[in-house]
This record gives sequence, C-alpha cells and structure tokens, in this order.
Amino acid sequence: MSRNYTVVGKSVKKVDGFKLVTGRPAFTDDIILPGLLYGKILPSPHAHALIKRIDTSRARALPGVHAVLTYKDVPRVPHTTAGQSWPEPSPYDTYLLDSKVRFVGDRVAAVAAETRAQAEEALRRIEVEYEVLPPVLDMEHAMDPGAAVIHDEPDSTGIYNASHNVAAYILREIGNVEEGFREANFVLEREYRTPRVQHCTIEPHVSITWLDPDSRLVIRSSTQVPYHTRRQVAMILQLPVQRVHVIKPRIGGGFGGKQEMLLEDICGALTLATGRPVKIEYTREEEFYMARSRHPQVLRVKMGVKRDGTIVANHMKVLATTGAYGSHSSTVQGNTGSKVLPLYRAPHMKFECHVVYTNTPVAGAFRGYGCPQGFFAQESLVDEIAHELGMDPIEFRKKNIIRAGDIDELSARLGEGKKGLPRHIRSCGLPECLERGAAAIEWERKGKAPQDQRSHLRRGVGVACSMQGSAIAGIDWASAFLKLNEDASFNLQVGASDLGTGADTVLAQIAAETLGVRLDKLVVYSSDTDFTPFDVGAYASSTTIISGGAVKKAAEGVREQILRIASKMLDVPPENLTCRDNQVVTKCECKKSVSMADLALHAMYKEKVQIMDHASHFNTDSPPPFCAQFAEVEVDTETGRIRVVHLVTAVDLGRAINPMQAEGQAEGAVAQSLGYALSEEMVLDKSGRMVNPGFLDYKIFTAKDMPKLTTILVETEEPLGPYGAKSVGEVAINAPAPAVASAVFHAIGVRFRQLPIRPEAVLRALREKQAHEQEASAGAAGNRASSPRRAERH
Amino acid sequence: MPAMKTMLTRVKINGEAKEWTIAPGDLLLDVLRREGYLGVKRGCETGECGACTVLVNGRAMNSCVLFAAQADGCELLTIEGVAQGDTLDPIQEAFLEHGAVQCGFCTPGMILNTKALLARHPDPTEEEVRDMLAGNYCRCTGFRKPIEAVLAAAQACRAKGGKKPSRATKGGAR
Repeated sequence: MSRNYTVVGKSVKKVDGFKLVTGRPAFTDDIILPGLLYGKILPSPHAHALIKRIDTSRARALPGVHAVLTYKDVPRVPHTTAGQSWPEPSPYDTYLLDSKVRFVGDRVAAVAAETRAQAEEALRRIEVEYEVLPPVLDMEHAMDPGAAVIHDEPDSTGIYNASHNVAAYILREIGNVEEGFREANFVLEREYRTPRVQHCTIEPHVSITWLDPDSRLVIRSSTQVPYHTRRQVAMILQLPVQRVHVIKPRIGGGFGGKQEMLLEDICGALTLATGRPVKIEYTREEEFYMARSRHPQVLRVKMGVKRDGTIVANHMKVLATTGAYGSHSSTVQGNTGSKVLPLYRAPHMKFECHVVYTNTPVAGAFRGYGCPQGFFAQESLVDEIAHELGMDPIEFRKKNIIRAGDIDELSARLGEGKKGLPRHIRSCGLPECLERGAAAIEWERKGKAPQDQRSHLRRGVGVACSMQGSAIAGIDWASAFLKLNEDASFNLQVGASDLGTGADTVLAQIAAETLGVRLDKLVVYSSDTDFTPFDVGAYASSTTIISGGAVKKAAEGVREQILRIASKMLDVPPENLTCRDNQVVTKCECKKSVSMADLALHAMYKEKVQIMDHASHFNTDSPPPFCAQFAEVEVDTETGRIRVVHLVTAVDLGRAINPMQAEGQAEGAVAQSLGYALSEEMVLDKSGRMVNPGFLDYKIFTAKDMPKLTTILVETEEPLGPYGAKSVGEVAINAPAPAVASAVFHAIGVRFRQLPIRPEAVLRALREKQAHEQEASAGAAGNRASSPRRAERH
Repeated sequence: MPAMKTMLTRVKINGEAKEWTIAPGDLLLDVLRREGYLGVKRGCETGECGACTVLVNGRAMNSCVLFAAQADGCELLTIEGVAQGDTLDPIQEAFLEHGAVQCGFCTPGMILNTKALLARHPDPTEEEVRDMLAGNYCRCTGFRKPIEAVLAAAQACRAKGGKKPSRATKGGAR
C-alpha cells in the first residue's frame, strides 16, 4: 500500500511552529491598534424575560463611552449564528439584539468605551426593567402543554414547531424495526444521558473590527469560518458582502466553538456606530455561558439481536436541547443518527429525534458533532448486550461492524438540511483497529484477570468503537491558489482555517509532494476573504480531504505549467519530464535536468509568464474514519474515584499525511472525551444560571489527570482522499467515554448510563449495590436478576 | 472619574532594563501586553490556565494574578526572551520536534514553566513533569507530546551543559 513519497507521510515539524514557540504576535488580539475601543456585552440576568424599558442615558453620559446599543439601535434581521454553507439548515431565530432575552447570558445591550473599566462601568449604568417570564429549563418538559413559548416572535423562520418549543424533528427508518425486534431472540432497551459541556479553547472568542481607508468593515477574528462569517455579518448589518473583509489570523483552538458567527456582528455594529476600531474579547466566565456548548441529550436505544449475536434491529430515540437558539440544532442531532447507527450492519434501523428549545446556554458545533452522545449510548448498549449474551465485546463488534464494500443507506436519508447521499465504504481498517488496540491494552489478559476482593482498588478494561465522516458530502467545498516565485518558492493561498489542527502544514505537504519540492519552499497563507479563495471553513473533518484535494489539484496544474516550460528549456517532451528534488528531470536515461530555481527565473523574466493555478474541490461522498478505543480504569471503592490508567486509540484515518500531527489530533480528542466521561459539566441552578463558569469548578483534564496514552495509526488507502487520506480531527472523541463506562462496569459491576461519572455517583451506586446484595442474601435468593442489572441507575 | 494615580516600576525584562508608568491596580499581564510582550497570553485571568506564565526572578508565575507593581525590581523573562535571535532554546526545539505544539496558544506558558523546572531540576521524572505541566491548561494535545518534549528537552539541556544525567532511565510518556 505504501508508495514512495518524500514529504507526504512524514512527521515533519509544523510550518508555522517557529512563530508559536517564540511567542511572535500571531493571534487575533496580538495587534496594537491606535484608537481601539473596548466592547462589552450586557448579559441577561434572567433566563426568560421581556425588556419593558431600557434606559442607556447614564451609560452614554459616562466619559470615554462612545456607543451604547440596544435593540432599538440596530437592524432586526433574523439569522442563525451557525457557520454553515448557505442556505444554512439551522433556523433563523436569532437577532443582533432583541427586546426579549432567552437565557442567562443573552445579549441585552452592547457598549464601546476607551478602556475596559469604562466599558464595564457603562454596563452597570444601563437601567433595564424586565418582565420576567416563566423559564423552560428542563428539556423533558419543554414540549409540555402550557410550557412557555421561547420563540413566539413572528419573524423567525425554519423552526419545526415554535409553539411547542421544537427547533427540529427528525424521523428516518430503514426496513422496519418493529419487524426486526420480532425476528430477534434478545432485545435490550436502555436510556442514557449526556451532559452540557464546553469547548474550553484556551484562547477565548475575540474579534476586532475597524473601518479601512475605503470605509470597508474589516473583521479580524478568531473564527473557523471566515467566509460564512463575512456573508452572515453582511446580511445582519445590511452591508453588501463587498464591503466586508474578514481576516483569520492564528487561532487558539476552536473545536467547533468557533464554527459560529458569535461576536463579529455586534463588534462590527459598534465600529459602524463609532467609526472606531473595537475589540470584544470574552472573559473566561463569559466564554462558558455566552459562547456555545455541546447539546445535552437523553437517548433511548433499543437493539434486537439473534442468539449468535447478529444485530437485526437498532432503534435510537433522542431528546436533545439546543438551548435558547437553534444553532446547528438539526444537523448535530442528524449526525447522532447518521454517523452512529450505521456503524453496525442491521437490516432494520430507526432514528427519531426531537431537538427542543430551553432557556439555557446555546448549544452548537463541538468536535464530534452529535457523535459523542450517540456513541456513548450505542457503545454502552452493545457492551451490555455482549455481557448478557456472554460474548466477548470485541467478537460481538467484529461480527456486526460495517465493512469495506458496504453502502450506508441511512446517510442517504439523513443529510445536512436536505436529503443526503449514500455512503460507500471504500476503505475500512476497523477490524485491524480492534485487533491492534486489543493487543496494546492486553485485552485477553486484563479482561480475564480476577479482582482482588480484599483491595479497595478495582481494575477493569472496556472497549468502544466509532466512526465519523470526512466533510459533508455534496456540500463542503474548498479552493486553493498556488503560484511560483522567481526563487522557486511557492505561495499557497487557501481559505482553509488552521485552528491548531496542523492544516497549514498538511496542505503544504500535499503541495510539496505534488510539486516535487522541499516543504520549506512553500509559503502558506490562510485565510483572508480578500486574498485567499473560498473555503467553507474548518469543520466536519473536512480540511485534509477537501481543502487538501483542492491543493493537490492546484499543484498538479502548476506542475503541468512547470513541465511545459522545462520542456522548452530542455528540448524534451513534457511527458518525459517529472518534478523531483527541487528540479525538473527527465524520466528517460538522457539525464537532463533544470533546477526549479533556474526554471522559475527563466519563466518570469524570459518567458514573461506567471506560473500559477487555482482549483476547487468537493466530494459527493464522506469516507468515514474509524476508531477502536480501549480504556483501563482503576476504581477506588472507598472514595468513588475513577482513575483512567491507560487509554489506547487505534484509528483508521486513511493515509496519515503527517503521522505526528495525526497522533496529536487523536490524543487531544481523547483528553476532551475523558473530561466528558468523568468530570466536565456545565451545571445550571434553578434559575438557569451556570454555577461553575471557571476552570476551578469546571474541571478539564490536565497533564496530571491524563492516563498513559497509546495511539496507533491504522493506515488505509482511501480512493477519495488526497494521497489516500481521510480525516482524524474528530473521530477519536467519540469512544473514550463509553470505553471508560464499560471498563468501570467490568471493575465494579455497576453500569453508569449518565455522564459524567463522578465519585459521588460511584459511591452512591456501590452502596445501593451492596444494599441489594445484602437484601438478596437475606431474603430468598430465588430467581432475581444478577447484581449488575439491579444496580441500574435509570 | 478621579484622575488616575500613576507610579513608576522598574524591571529587567528579557535582559533589558525598562521603566514603566503604571497604575497601582494594573495587572502584570495587562502591562506586559500593553508594552508589546504579546506572547504573554490571556486565557482566564484567574490564575488557573497558565497561558500568561512568565518567569519572575526565575520562578514561573501567572502574570494575570500579579500586580505589575509587584514586579518592581524583578528580573522577568517572557517567551520573547527565550530564543537567542533565531537560535531556538533546546526546549523550543524539543516542542517542535515532538509535535507538542498544536494551536500554540498555551505553548509560551508551557515553555517558560519548563524552563523554570529544568533550571532547578535538570533531570525530572515523568511524574515531576506532569506535576509541572498541570499548571498549563491545554485543550489540543492530550499532553503526551508536551511531556515527551519536556523530557527530551531535559536530556538535550543536560547534554549541552555537559552534565551527566543523575537518573539514567525514565518511564517515558508512552
């Protein structure tokens, strides 16, 4: 499989690494602008309220304050903040500023002042009289008759059923699951719950806006989606797209949280109101409840299997909340169905989902995009079924997993905002992932090791699988522009947004490989809506396969032009020439060559031609990367603490363009998933206010918490990807949580169906289990179920 | 608003003597960024994430929870002063070589914290490295590569300094 590449497939250092390790000013906020004003947003203290009166006069009178904006001062344009391709499948239910607030943290007003202290003081001086409305905080009661209606405004569009707070509803079936359950010998149905969690990019959201000398609005922003942001801001501020210029500098992490037009509109409005540069940067606290989060879900999964373990029917029913606004509501939840259920071949599949509004912080895109929730439920249930059948969970999976040659029809029925396209599985390394991962965690030995019943420390191992996509089929597209300079360097200009993923490096590797030049000959620039061509942005695991596809095509075009000129210079037909080692050489034995540097100078000053090309690229299919992940845990039965000892990730990513970076992507995803499993949750009080908006109380995994990590790249050759690549940015975030939950079950015999699994929950469950066991041994033991089942929590 | 009181603070930063006019309540983080040391990052402003780490008299500290006035008379090192021109410090080299940099926002803090650790402890164990890096939140890497980078940097620094490692073998982060 492995071909001889010189740049692709190598763990080269990041092309943008030097500036990062030396702390050069590269990020959004790393500029000093004369006359910069500080923007601040007044957050709503109420979960649901009408603004009856708002008086900004005392704030406006404050020295240093240049603008105070309320809903009375700005255009009312329904829109979505979801950074998606036009027409966005998310409802248009959001306004720049509104007379109604829908969650604690919703925008009430915005100010711009000379200093941060003045801006903060101005917020305190805005007088607001609210008519407080009953809030809808519990998603399980959002559709109740009589529940307050969160979106009762007449001008929002695209809401499935606003009067019942339903943002989106999805129902898809393949075969007939009821028939499938009748065919099954064993049916198990369980309910699982996943928490509201936050991306926690270390760089918070930050935008800086100003008017350039031509009075165009310039937006310098930490965004994954510069082009969508340009289009959305233009619409919201009622400017022609032509008058908006978005610059994406270095991004300090995104994870989907920045696939959102979040601050750019209000920051731009303040610049238009003042004529001055304005910066808005969220504080860490604001970042927690005024940015975006992962949709919490309640999932009921029912699976029917034959006696031999063959799955015949799989039915998943989901209730999710999108919070106060429907950003990514239908598409995240659509993914919960379309990317999760098809992991297993089942003739009968059904996915049903309600996404409801609540007066809670807004959910949005977050790495995994609906899959972490779905895989936690499905993989936990699969472990439960394998346990009930007395089958090894790896064998159970091997029997049922999708494989190369299969066609996933659920994806065809569940596209993003429209009918999708069937997924043809052209490459699948999942069986090898299972085998190599099992060997790395020592599954055979550790799975059978007896517990030391005297010790309070119990060990267990667990496994889970997942898949993702590589871009949204038929929707995501990208372009690239490439030109040759007279010193044989190349400018590669891409709209793709490296947000720490290593995209700039991977795209440069693809270009260098195609051009037969060293990596350091590439100068990558990304991204700027004035200077780089269109790209949907960095999301849906699309950059390597889609932007990389565009780069490869552009590089092939440039190579062809290079060969044409070399042909004249060497008097050899182009088909006898090839680019290699920074030169053009003959393929035949005559051994003629010209260096790329001589050729570049010749082309520019003798031929008088700019060697350059551009290309666009999209796919009509989304090849899934696959992952098998294994956890070994140690549970302290005295404190309830779960310590993850070892986490193995075996991932089929197609070909790794840069193995070192690919490992880093997988490992970062694992860290986030372990937090999801064990510690992270945005906790809201009874009024809808987040009680833990800081890193002391919202616990993410640090170097001290992380287990030993083993990352195995299982390379396959994907025909649709550049140099055989698929994707690796998201897939590894899906399975660690269910693998940990299953490992905990195998350690202490308690099945947790709600995340995060905190020590107090472990202790409570162990006490209940003990009480049941004592009860059982005291009473007639008889035909009661085994202890693990009675320890169920839901 | 009453007229802002100002004061003078003198520091030696990245080897250069500087005099800054500050307000008594100014935080060191804000003053450093205002003075152009933009490699000092703002991540939480509550002393939790470590993105604003600088060395104050050789000790790694969160500049977001220090008053600038507290730095008066101190020697400061920010990320801008770690490399010698275009020659990287072995720690910086190791971070690149081992893929320990992803988005790069937490990287300056990690590198400075590592610098302080290796200065007092040239041969740390993996556990000691984990303890140290626990003060630098990172959401990108999962920490395996930063831990490897720190251990490799320690080795490189020792080799450069001609010192023999006191503890020959270490667990490694894998």
